[in-house]
Amino acid sequence: MTLLELTVNGKAIRAEVEPRTHLADFLRERLLLTGTNLGCEQGVCGACTIMVDGRLIRSCIAFAVASVGSEVRTIEDFDRDPVMQELRTAFSAEHALQCGYCTPGMLATARDIVTRLPEADDARIRQELSGNLCRCTGYVGLVRAIRRVLDARHASAIASDTLRKGPLHGN
Amino acid sequence: MKAARFDYVRPTDCREAIALYQQSAGMGKYLAGGQSLGPMMNLRLVQPELLVDLGGIGALLECRVNGEFTVLGALTTHAAIEDGLVPDPTRGMMPWVASSIAYRAIRNRGTVGGSLAHADSAADWVNLMAALDVQYLVESPEGTRTISQADWMMGTFTTALREDEILTGVRIPALTVSARWSYYKFNRKTGEFAEAIAAFVDDPERHVRRGLIGAIDGSPYVINDATPLLDGWDEAFAHEQLIAAGMKPDTYEYRIHAVALARAARTLTKPYGGKT
Repeated sequence: MTLLELTVNGKAIRAEVEPRTHLADFLRERLLLTGTNLGCEQGVCGACTIMVDGRLIRSCIAFAVASVGSEVRTIEDFDRDPVMQELRTAFSAEHALQCGYCTPGMLATARDIVTRLPEADDARIRQELSGNLCRCTGYVGLVRAIRRVLDARHASAIASDTLRKGPLHGN
Repeated sequence: MKAARFDYVRPTDCREAIALYQQSAGMGKYLAGGQSLGPMMNLRLVQPELLVDLGGIGALLECRVNGEFTVLGALTTHAAIEDGLVPDPTRGMMPWVASSIAYRAIRNRGTVGGSLAHADSAADWVNLMAALDVQYLVESPEGTRTISQADWMMGTFTTALREDEILTGVRIPALTVSARWSYYKFNRKTGEFAEAIAAFVDDPERHVRRGLIGAIDGSPYVINDATPLLDGWDEAFAHEQLIAAGMKPDTYEYRIHAVALARAARTLTKPYGGKT
């Protein structure tokens, strides 16, 4: 057993773990944060995608012991996150989930797309989603949902820009 | 789908890491980003008794530019290269290749050094580094040593690295302003390992006109003078090279590699920044 200290969803955690325990199992079995799903357990399906130190990772192929000192954010921590609120609404509106199994990982990746690639076109969204497997809903709704959030954020950015600078005048 | 039992250590420098590794009597394994080793351990294809995590060694993250060479630390992630957070001596070639490795969640953790030491023939870095003709910087129990590109990869999953040695970085020659490059890979699914890879680095100022046929059995095949494919397209020469790379005519492997090679050559004819 190895002593592990890290932050999970803003809370300092201290626990003894076996080195073989991967981060997803640690979150699910020890901290009972079962929002993170496990699919393939070999880093292919993306169901276990979470944020560690502000970056997307696969929690099924990260050993918990190797995450010492990290800041981990799981789907449970995104309840009040403004981008995630927009994404949840858009996922419902565009039918971007059906069985929901891939959804926590999809939302994590979708949030990464919206925050990291605000100019992404549909092809780029699809490319970025290629590491998250959905086998029942299909990707049309997923792409539309992310598109909707990106478009809405662009529209509100333009609106607030106009408010700040005043309406545009021709010269 | 859980890893077998192992002991875990996280040293803070290479000397300590090597000393710890040596205690495992050959049953240890170094861990870099873990994006290949993690799945392999979960699948129990690998069952090390000791995992020596290199993640705590800050020196392996250091990148520096020395005149015409840039050294990238072994723990540089694919995402750091993609995002331009480290020096790029290749005029866009490395960031562009990095951006199409697997998926972002993998690129955030996967490292250049880990990928090169793992030496999967179908992975991007072993092929790109062969096209760039880099040198491999190694920390061994006796001190440091440098391994040339030609000596690095001995076959699929096999390098010149001895089991207790650590790849600390790669030394990459800078492309000059007049250099052109192209890199084409064929994947059955976005982000999957490549079925075929082809690349060209054309840097006349340095007398480099290199081609590469990759994602083949064993080490990538380097065309040292690819002039017949760079100045026009010499079909007979291309055929010879594909055969020399181990392709058998009229097979799936031959055809996808032939297409990759032709497409890589075609994109290179565009002005600088020849992206596929």
